[in-house]
Amino acid sequence: MALILSVLEQGMIYAIMGLGVYITYKILDFPDLTVDGSFPLGAAIGAILISKGFNPLLAILAAFGAGIIVGFLTGIIHVKLKVRDLLSGIIMMTALYTVNLRIAGRANLPIYDKTTIFDNSLTDSIFQGPLAQYKTVIIIFIITMISKYLLDWYLTTKSGFMLRAVGDNETIVTSQGVDKGKVKIVGLAISNALVTMSGCLFAQHQRFFDASMGTGTVVIGLASVIIGTSLFRRVTLLRVTSSVIIGSIIYRACVAAAIRLGMPSQDLKLITAVLFLIILVISMERKAKVKKNAGA
Amino acid sequence: MLELKHIFKTYNAGTVNEQVLYQDFSLSIPEGQFVSVVGSNGSGKTSMLNLICGTILADSGQILINNTDVANQKDYVRHRRIGRVYQDPAKGTCPSMNILENLSIADNKGKFYGLSRGTNKARISYYKEMLHGLNLGLEDKINVPVGSLSGGQRQALALLMATMQPIEFLILDEHTAALDPKTAEIIMELTDKIVREKQVTTIMVTHNLRYAVQYGNRLLMMHQGSVILDKDEEEKRNITVDDILSIFNEISIECGN
Repeated sequence: MALILSVLEQGMIYAIMGLGVYITYKILDFPDLTVDGSFPLGAAIGAILISKGFNPLLAILAAFGAGIIVGFLTGIIHVKLKVRDLLSGIIMMTALYTVNLRIAGRANLPIYDKTTIFDNSLTDSIFQGPLAQYKTVIIIFIITMISKYLLDWYLTTKSGFMLRAVGDNETIVTSQGVDKGKVKIVGLAISNALVTMSGCLFAQHQRFFDASMGTGTVVIGLASVIIGTSLFRRVTLLRVTSSVIIGSIIYRACVAAAIRLGMPSQDLKLITAVLFLIILVISMERKAKVKKNAGA
Repeated sequence: MLELKHIFKTYNAGTVNEQVLYQDFSLSIPEGQFVSVVGSNGSGKTSMLNLICGTILADSGQILINNTDVANQKDYVRHRRIGRVYQDPAKGTCPSMNILENLSIADNKGKFYGLSRGTNKARISYYKEMLHGLNLGLEDKINVPVGSLSGGQRQALALLMATMQPIEFLILDEHTAALDPKTAEIIMELTDKIVREKQVTTIMVTHNLRYAVQYGNRLLMMHQGSVILDKDEEEKRNITVDDILSIFNEISIECGN
């Protein structure tokens, strides 16, 4: 039971990051590596604010705001300075490593015994008795659903239509008299805001920040997106955002299973990478993308 | 009134691939004209459209729309008053979005794309009526992703989208070239109908000499970056496909082909 809960909890926290990756990878067709830096950025902001006794909700909002700025900067580097998409992300990811260290003040910042979004007087009073063990998973579920519905809503607005159009066919955006560069910047800002928020929740859940915790985040996000979108491709009733969330939980379950089967936990990143490769091969996502990149 | 004045354009200047396209190219198109443009490959037809739309920039020269120079305006700013249909049907629509969403995007052209609802339910009946006019049965498919439509259906939709909001210029860049003859015919008739209804100034580049002769009220032939034939409505009426073809052949002989 504890294992299932832990899979659900972590799966849904990572799912919010997955939603961000869904925006860049699937909608914008922009492989954004900023994620490896913005996820721990959210964690750093969360850890430092929580350790100083700030409201955990405020920490999430601060992380969200920081994500908007980070995505905006990646966008400016790509759109205005005309740096290639992959390189723009790598530059930001590298720069953020130092920024995260500066924010947290050190490479590892534990926040045990502090008030978090999961453990505070309000949630403790609501979830009592047998409900207490489901407290964390219910809170994460609510936050993840709010993120999902907000993103669903945004994608049906006029601005959201432009975001979907720019990844689909840039020409059509220009044809409507809209600057496609600005649309991309907005997309990157929203994406990274979701990622930092996820990182902030992760830090509050795991109760620590670690400077190297971002490594491989984008791979986890991509895996969630690809599992979700390829498994539920034919289920038309399910929105893609829901598929991504389920994909994230499935992925987390696979990792948990691998560890359960005896893989030592220091091999986690290797497991992450190999799992991702297997998923890519199975889903045949590889074919279309490689072909496209080879042509460019 | 659209005027190109003293345009110079060289591709890959200063390299071995240097290619001079326009040397002091000038052209003016009065309001309401429907101009057909023909010419061999590399004669500068599509480059002319790209210059007008801002897809490429001239080395020097003026591009005047109603006496305002737009040569330094960004492409997306210029597109607010230009509708363009491309040769590739995929360029004028969004494949992963459905017909309704595509039309909704075009319906908001030139306005702000904010956080209000992307599709306006009150407009659906109007969209359906427009689609019904195409006679392609698209009015029953408004929730179908455009990517699953045929090239001809997409091009018809692209044409509708390009002309949905009031525009000053309609730019048609070989927009029937990728279609089968029958579909091309339908799209061409639809184009003529829309141009007549909206009275929009139109520039149509085509390799189909019959269309060039049959449609529009001015005919231009381009060669090596200049206009070598310019027939107004009166003169155009008496011109035949064979006449144009013979001029084509003369040029080819001059060029040593």
